[in-house]
Amino acid sequence: MKVLVAVKRVIDYNVKIRVKADNTGVETANVKMSMNPFDEIAVEEAIRMKEKGAATEIIAFSAGPAQCQETIRTALAMGADRGILVQTDAELQPLAVAKLLKAVVDKEQPGLVIVGKQAIDDDSNATGQMLAALLGWSQGTFANKLNVADGSIEVKREVDGGLENIKLKMPAVITTDLRLNEPRYASLPNIMKAKKKPIETLAPDALGVDVAPRLKVLKVEEPPKRKAGIKVKTVAELVDKLKNEAGVI
Amino acid sequence: MAVLVVAAHDNKSVRANVANAVAAATKLDSDVHVLVAGKDCGEAARSAAALQGVTKVLHVEDAAYANWLAEDIAPLVVKLAPNYSHVVMAADSVGKNVAPRVAALLDVGQVSEAIQIVSPDTFVRPIYAGNAMATVQSGDKVKVLTIRPTNFKAVGTGGSAPIEQIGGEGGKGLSSYVGAELSKSERPELTSAKIVVSGGRGMGSGENFKIIEALADKLGAGVGASRAAVDAGYVPNDYQVGQTGKVVAPDLYIAVGISGAIQHLAGMKDSKTIVAINKDEEAPIFQVADYGIVGDLFQIVPELTAAVGKK
Ligand SMILES: Cc1cc2nc3c(=O)[nH]c(=O)nc-3n(C[C@H](O)[C@H](O)[C@H](O)COP(=O)(O)OP(=O)(O)OC[C@H]3O[C@@H](n4cnc5c(N)ncnc54)[C@H](O)[C@@H]3O)c2cc1C
Ligand SMILES: Cc1cc2nc3c(=O)[nH]c(=O)nc-3n(C[C@H](O)[C@H](O)[C@H](O)COP(=O)(O)OP(=O)(O)OC[C@H]3O[C@@H](n4cnc5c(N)ncnc54)[C@H](O)[C@@H]3O)c2cc1C
Repeated sequence: MKVLVAVKRVIDYNVKIRVKADNTGVETANVKMSMNPFDEIAVEEAIRMKEKGAATEIIAFSAGPAQCQETIRTALAMGADRGILVQTDAELQPLAVAKLLKAVVDKEQPGLVIVGKQAIDDDSNATGQMLAALLGWSQGTFANKLNVADGSIEVKREVDGGLENIKLKMPAVITTDLRLNEPRYASLPNIMKAKKKPIETLAPDALGVDVAPRLKVLKVEEPPKRKAGIKVKTVAELVDKLKNEAGVI
Repeated sequence: MAVLVVAAHDNKSVRANVANAVAAATKLDSDVHVLVAGKDCGEAARSAAALQGVTKVLHVEDAAYANWLAEDIAPLVVKLAPNYSHVVMAADSVGKNVAPRVAALLDVGQVSEAIQIVSPDTFVRPIYAGNAMATVQSGDKVKVLTIRPTNFKAVGTGGSAPIEQIGGEGGKGLSSYVGAELSKSERPELTSAKIVVSGGRGMGSGENFKIIEALADKLGAGVGASRAAVDAGYVPNDYQVGQTGKVVAPDLYIAVGISGAIQHLAGMKDSKTIVAINKDEEAPIFQVADYGIVGDLFQIVPELTAAVGKK
């Protein structure tokens, strides 16, 4: 079974982002970019499936500018076999990414697609569900544990009240949650080996996908800042403030 | 055109956040319908009919919807959607699972986690863990959105909207429900609790969370946690507050042994009053706390529990 994983290039989670002065977006020039953390989890899960013999080949997909090559290389260094970059400088929204993924799925026929539950930049939490819809496949979102058992996959999901178990018919789309696994670091020899692994570059047009955004971004602003309050010395003082100043207890 | 709110429920009543979703919907149009689909969910449909601002409840009885599988529920919503200008769901684990599937089937974008409705086609939503606010405009014919419940004041009850029975679409057979392992708790639900006490890695163990629970019980509070505390296995996943967990905005949020990473702040910085208890006076959590107290949590928390009045 082939497994397709999506890897998005995002601003590293440790970077304190800045809103552009002209309010058109967030400053992305000269900031550290990394693979979306949920996608590292997706890649790791695919590698574990391959190690267990449940997967035969892992394809890492990314959509975006040429630099997404680096993100794909990271996936290849972790253990993916080859990459597909849909290269575009256009703004991609989840529906467009889902359509690009669908076109690649139609071509590659994987048995499973694993994507992150949410990209930490745009926080949409939508792409995997949209892909499943477009393919008419089942979806296992917010996965905490997976178990592939011939023709179906058992998914433990992280939900509001705790955990939920569902069983999906394959092929399926999975979106990863934080507790699914702890992604490995790529070793130096594997980083070297990854340089030789193939990456195919495609244009959205070649896949017949219109990536025009559906949501127009009118402006991007700083949120209202919360200002630091005071430090109290004793618990008695804290209780007094909460009762008499804040009035919350 | 009317707005359709798709309601999650437990058969007995719709989820508390449906009242927030209805509040958001009333800002879009005065005609607000609520879809309650499931098996034996008549009582839940009646609870939706009682929400202020609801003009009609669509009640669907079909075993296929008993466990809210997205593969089955989405086609039902898609069938109804052409009669509506908007489809609205609360951005909880049900809404986040179902709404994007509905959007893609309709070939429209989704506005994720709107926190403000500027006009029927323009919404504000947080991006980058709430460190930027994007105002987005949708040109799609049906607008699918999830709303962040804490940003819309829940409508009250006392209404009596008519309930219309409609037929279901049956199941697709793509997925099946096996069971749930729900965290049992007598405490108020995290996202609607008036007070939340959260513990972080500083708690050191699951056993030590007892002192958080004791304080929470004294205050009638819900219990939350940082990702670090969940990853370490101190508490279940559904306790996680933050960018990738739950968003809370209680009157009082007490962060205990939590450093205040941006991903955590994203889930709690809209709280009315924030208290931080941390032994490191440089911890970033103090930058958002109204009241900070520097010291050992194992000493301060029990002292605080003893000092606050009975609930
Ligand atoms: C205010 C604003 C500013 C923006 N600025 C920019 C910008 O400067 N540059 C820009 O390129 N886009 C920009 N966008 C677009 C935004 O990044 C897209 O909406 C995004 O590509 C898709 O949404 P998401 O990543 O939140 O999806 P989610 O649904 O949260 O992503 C879930 C998963 O889908 C997969 N996935 C999503 N996108 C990709 C991808 N491109 N490649 C591979 N896998 C993917 C990943 O596995 C990811 O974990 C902006 C959007 C807004 C609202
Ligand atoms: C993709 C991604 C998503 C994430 N999503 C979330 C999320 O949704 N929610 C979230 O919370 N995090 C999230 N994180 C993790 C986040 O970046 C931080 O790692 C996490 O919040 C840290 O948890 P913490 O504050 O409990 O632990 P630490 O940062 O280790 O802080 C522990 C604090 O406890 C204090 N302490 C220790 N002992 C004592 C004592 N005896 N008395 C008093 N104080 C004490 C220390 O001084 C320290 O400040 C995410 C990270 C990533 C990469």
